[in-house]
Amino acid sequence: MPLPSFLEKLFGRPEASKDTAKNRLRLVLMHDRAAIPAAVLEQMRAELLTVLSKYVEIDQQALEVNLERSEGTVALLANVPILRVRTDIASDGPDNPEKAEPALA
Amino acid sequence: MSNGRVIVITSGKGGVGKTTTTANLGMALAAMGEKVALIDADIGLRNLDLILGLENRIVYDIVDVVEGRCKLRQALIKDKRMPNLVLLPAAQTRDKSAVNPDQMRQLIADLQEDGYVYILIDCPAGIEQGFRNATAGATEAIIVTNPEVSAVRDADRIVGLLEAADLRNPRLVVNRLRPHLVKNETMMSVEDVQEILSIPLLGIVPDDEAIINSSNRGEPVILQEGTRAGQAYRNVARRIKGEDVPLMDLEEGGFFSRLRRLFAGAR
Repeated sequence: MPLPSFLEKLFGRPEASKDTAKNRLRLVLMHDRAAIPAAVLEQMRAELLTVLSKYVEIDQQALEVNLERSEGTVALLANVPILRVRTDIASDGPDNPEKAEPALA
Repeated sequence: MSNGRVIVITSGKGGVGKTTTTANLGMALAAMGEKVALIDADIGLRNLDLILGLENRIVYDIVDVVEGRCKLRQALIKDKRMPNLVLLPAAQTRDKSAVNPDQMRQLIADLQEDGYVYILIDCPAGIEQGFRNATAGATEAIIVTNPEVSAVRDADRIVGLLEAADLRNPRLVVNRLRPHLVKNETMMSVEDVQEILSIPLLGIVPDDEAIINSSNRGEPVILQEGTRAGQAYRNVARRIKGEDVPLMDLEEGGFFSRLRRLFAGAR
């Protein structure tokens, strides 16, 4: 922040309205851009399930895939309860099959 | 397929100046000697004819052509001021479903066959079927926005939808910029808008009272020498043709604008 506007802040001049506009736009666009149609989210969930099931047995009913929005960030959160690690995985798989913690992506 | 240019002018939000932009860019390109066809794809809310001052010369419209009631050439209105420019008017009493994407592509192919090198499509506001029809045959897109929250938000949505329609490199025209409001930090600057949308800038058109006069009379502002908006549109047209034209000096009291006014005479 340049010094004059810092001083203005200090003496209580309100934020320039164009900056308010810009900040509000940034936030709303972050939400807009991260909006995923329900059908796409469902398809993503199904495909995740297929991929993960190659390595671990998953509690399909409890699998959750959601978009989480908080001030400033948007994240895809998946909660994948694992019932059992498969032991019949080919050794050239990219992932470490030992890991049995619920994955948080 | 010819090597012509098919450019859709779109915005999402209504009232940002799509039709005025289409009219002026079409005329400016024609004035530079290009063969230009303008398509009014805003079926049911026809206005490009009015902005161009051609409303009294409409006999057939785009729906008449696709439904076979006339030949394409019969529906094209030649602009007497600008021999290289024709308008294919929208239908006023039909809705957005009256022309489908395949028909739009066929119309464009036929216009190219007839030698029109620049085809500009005035897209309806919104993101529904009318938008999909208008963008169907286009290979380039220009997004018109105003430095204002709702217009910028809608423009961002349009960027995403154009991408989904395989129109990947839209360029931005920031319309109705008010330099003195930008200067006192009331209005977002072009840099602010660009930072948010992150698409390449094609031009800036200042808010200009001359536009009101020109709409009233049906004489696009590029026909008036010495208007700032007219100059801005001429610059945009030259950039569309690939020329490297610097952004004009929009500062009200700037040296160049004072100089320009001196030469253009008092308005």
